Amino acid sequence: MTNSSSAIEVTDLVTHYGPREILHGINLTINEGEIMIIMGGSGSGKSTLLRYLLGLGIPTSGSINLLGKDITKISNTEMHQLRQNMGVAFQGGALLSSMSIGENVQLPLREHTRLDEKTMEIMARMKLEVVNLGGFEKLMPAELSGGMIKRAAVARAIVMDPKLMFFDEPSAGLDPVVSAELDELILNLRDAMKMTIVVVTHELESAFKIADRITVLDQGNILMTDTVENIKNSDNERIQSLLNRRPSNDEVQADEYLNRLTGM
Amino acid sequence: MPDSATHPVINSLELVGRSTVKLIEEAGYYFALLVESFFWILAGPFIKRPVRISSIFSQMMTMGIAACPIVFVLSFSIGVMLAIQMIYNLKTFGAESQVVVGVALSVTREFGPLITGILIAGRTGSSLAAKIGTMQVNQEIDALRVMGINPVRYLVAPALFAMMIMVPLLTFFSDLAGLLGGAVYTTIEIGLSFDAYMDRTLSALAVADVMQGIFKSLLFALIITLVGVSNGFSVTGGAEGVGKATTRSVVLSISYIVIADMIFTYFLNL
Repeated sequence: MTNSSSAIEVTDLVTHYGPREILHGINLTINEGEIMIIMGGSGSGKSTLLRYLLGLGIPTSGSINLLGKDITKISNTEMHQLRQNMGVAFQGGALLSSMSIGENVQLPLREHTRLDEKTMEIMARMKLEVVNLGGFEKLMPAELSGGMIKRAAVARAIVMDPKLMFFDEPSAGLDPVVSAELDELILNLRDAMKMTIVVVTHELESAFKIADRITVLDQGNILMTDTVENIKNSDNERIQSLLNRRPSNDEVQADEYLNRLTGM
Repeated sequence: MPDSATHPVINSLELVGRSTVKLIEEAGYYFALLVESFFWILAGPFIKRPVRISSIFSQMMTMGIAACPIVFVLSFSIGVMLAIQMIYNLKTFGAESQVVVGVALSVTREFGPLITGILIAGRTGSSLAAKIGTMQVNQEIDALRVMGINPVRYLVAPALFAMMIMVPLLTFFSDLAGLLGGAVYTTIEIGLSFDAYMDRTLSALAVADVMQGIFKSLLFALIITLVGVSNGFSVTGGAEGVGKATTRSVVLSISYIVIADMIFTYFLNL
């Protein structure tokens, strides 16, 4: 049963890639208006979890409730309607390279509304102002820097005023200043637009700054979901190795074994 | 005696089996793409999610109109080559004037659609595979899906619609260019007047001859589009994957076109 204050509820989610099981029974609840960070090392399953939250894959078993609707069971029409309440900022921006920034931002409006051209232009300009890209609507994606592309992608994601917003590695490849600006933007979206936000990242500084709660994934399992303070104070060895950026005992043993084999 | 698991015959059979299964899978995927594209073209306007007309026209321009010069050059050359070969062969029987019939039938029934199909496979099929493959690598396809925009409606249906209109038109254009090439060479080589050449061409040709070529070109349009987009959608592995998909798309399209041409030519001439 879905909690009335939860925006996202994942229950016993199991997914496979070919014969390999990637997520081993994930249970996760994200409350309305909350910023949830999903953290983990490479291969921990965080990007896979995001793909399933976005409805880009069919899980082996389990359910994913978004705004009270189980996306593993709803019809295409219901999913189409639900998508109007979801915004996603992909790692590389994923702007359509054949369109200008303004056209990219207008795209969801063009597809889902019957607004006239002028209104769509104004709305796109307003959203670009929100991400500090006012006046850039005529430029093509290839003419923007990495940070600007990510902000333009955020403008496109929020143009329909979605209730759920997802970020995939928002700070990846950005310098600390631009990364900090993006963190501020995420906080503003929660506070000003009351969005529920899920951020997949492995950038600790950024995660600690914006998170209401953090979920730590490891090898397809959730190690812990808790507040920033409790995560920092966790005595779980794998969480500490992730936070302190040092290899865990398993990885050290694997390295020693490899060194013995190669005689180094 | 070799182990049965590594026996060359078993290995070969296994390879044939795997390739057959893959081929059937791909054929199923092409069919699914075709059905879904037609669904969006026909039913899209009624469920308020139509295929974008502007995109169809823009693709008709790039796929069709922009290809006219190269189609003309190649088809004209084919027409000249056919005339050269036929005059050479017919000289043996003292029947050079029959070259008109030979060129007219060969160009409209066979070479017009075939040369157009191969050219468009290399030009447009590769471009479709590269464009969709790059979008796949850059997560643009995922972005479309999460925005509630069906990638088949947005990318495949307009391309398919544009190709189904432009490839038959280009084939007709190719027929005219081929006939012109044959006429120019023949008038110079055997002294037949241009008007006489065209008169004989028109009396030698039936509407069915031209329609046979046009019908085949429609089939080639479907093959080129479906092979191009399906290879684009299946790209993995970054830029290298895009390159591989583009090459594979061109090789497969041309192979399917030639094989389909052979089969249809046989059945249409029974």
